Amino acid sequence: MQGKTKANPPQKQVVLPYGKSVEIAVKSIKSRFFRSLITTMSLILAISFYSYIKTTSHIISGIFASGDKVAARKLSLQGYEIPAGEKYKTTPKEKWILYLSLLVCVVGIVNTQLMAVADRFREIGTMKCLGALDRFILRLFLIEATLQGFIGSAIGAVAGCVIALSGALIKFGTAAVANIDLNNILLSISSAIFLGCLLSIIGVLYPALLAAKMRPVEAMRGRD
Amino acid sequence: MKNSNNIVRVSKVTKDFAMGKTLVHVLKGIDLEIKTGEYVSIMGPSGSGKTTLFNMVGGLDKPSSGCVFIDEIDISQLDAYELAWLRCRKIGYIFQTFNIIQVMTALENVTLPMIFAGVPDDEARQKGLELLDLVGLKTRFQHKPFELSGGQQQRVAVARALANDPAIILADEPTGNLDLTTGDEIIKLLKMLSREKNVTIISATHDLKMLNVSDRVIWISDGRIEKIENREELSISLGQVGERWG
Ligand SMILES: Nc1ncnc2c1ncn2[C@@H]1O[C@H](COP(=O)(O)OP(=O)(O)O)[C@@H](O)[C@H]1O
Ligand SMILES: [Mg+2]
Repeated sequence: MQGKTKANPPQKQVVLPYGKSVEIAVKSIKSRFFRSLITTMSLILAISFYSYIKTTSHIISGIFASGDKVAARKLSLQGYEIPAGEKYKTTPKEKWILYLSLLVCVVGIVNTQLMAVADRFREIGTMKCLGALDRFILRLFLIEATLQGFIGSAIGAVAGCVIALSGALIKFGTAAVANIDLNNILLSISSAIFLGCLLSIIGVLYPALLAAKMRPVEAMRGRD
Repeated sequence: MKNSNNIVRVSKVTKDFAMGKTLVHVLKGIDLEIKTGEYVSIMGPSGSGKTTLFNMVGGLDKPSSGCVFIDEIDISQLDAYELAWLRCRKIGYIFQTFNIIQVMTALENVTLPMIFAGVPDDEARQKGLELLDLVGLKTRFQHKPFELSGGQQQRVAVARALANDPAIILADEPTGNLDLTTGDEIIKLLKMLSREKNVTIISATHDLKMLNVSDRVIWISDGRIEKIENREELSISLGQVGERWG
């Protein structure tokens, strides 16, 4: 067959530079601010809870380490006990609630992202008609999710930390914060942000794959 | 054997869709040759298979049997990358529903295919502005689709289709969602482009106004080509249409 000339010189390649991908992703988030906000909201809640629990454990360790008898008694009354000289560990119950909230958060993200993909059928199909490869679409969704994840979990992490600290200040006075290692707090916040980005990406993975694999005709036929 | 200036050649193309357990034969053997620079209209009632045929020619879907050649290359032989390249550089699509990307401005819509083609930013912007000027939207380049009328959106789509200087423009009922005068303007615009840029235009329609500007009209019904009329023969049947409508 004459048609089988399979020359594929490198210039016969469609591209989407990373800078452009980020630009398009940012545009998309901005234009769909409300939807982005909803996607991000469950993340903000879950991550602020994570950050709250982390910070609280630092506060409790700090109070016991400080040797402040009054504050330590208050803590014992509330059920917090730690063996002398050791660090406070998150209880199994707290962990259980934490994992549950993270799971609910991911399910929420998958759900809203699936809706977002359905909403964007036509846009995705159009991009494919203009020459976009599957992986361009995948990349756009991943970048959007990472940005949303970063912003959402940064807000959540700081909020959780601030709530935990101010709560402790009110209950135990300055003793609560006197012995906290600032590095530990920063570490908690950054781990919370990292976790948030990870959850956001995990949540978008399946919807983004669906979007990327969609054939342009199917996308074009999608609801009007 | 084959005329070398055929930009599109469709050979024995059939297309079936599975609808549950039954197979629906939508295209029942289409043979077609289209020369470079031609303005071809595909006429046929709704449901006759125009869009299906377009999807085959545009590399958006694969025939159940038969071949589509673009520039004498069998596009079923292309891999995903080559197909994307074909869609990006060789073919410009215009749809009945405009399909302007809602979150992007007119200019961004027009430059997107150029980004995919690896055109540097400044050059893409420059050319995007020129194309928007060409379609009469010079001052609207920063507008988002929702700020534009249907006709203006379709103009953006025309400019976008031209972004990478494609050899072929596939327009599927480009005037279907427009009022009469706006539709007329889009048709004139397409005709002007086909002359000035020597772009091959293949347009599906049931808009009789399209016939005036066509070099050839291909009438299809029920998945088969009914007749192919050249410009000369056309004036006759148009006259009949005119009588019937007049
Ligand atoms: N994906 C599909 N699955 C099943 N039937 C389809 C599909 N696409 C098109 N058809 C059928 O094929 C026929 C022709 O459709 P189409 O090509 O859109 O016609 P036209 O564009 O001429 O109006 C219609 O009867 C339609 O229902
Ligand atoms: Mg149609």
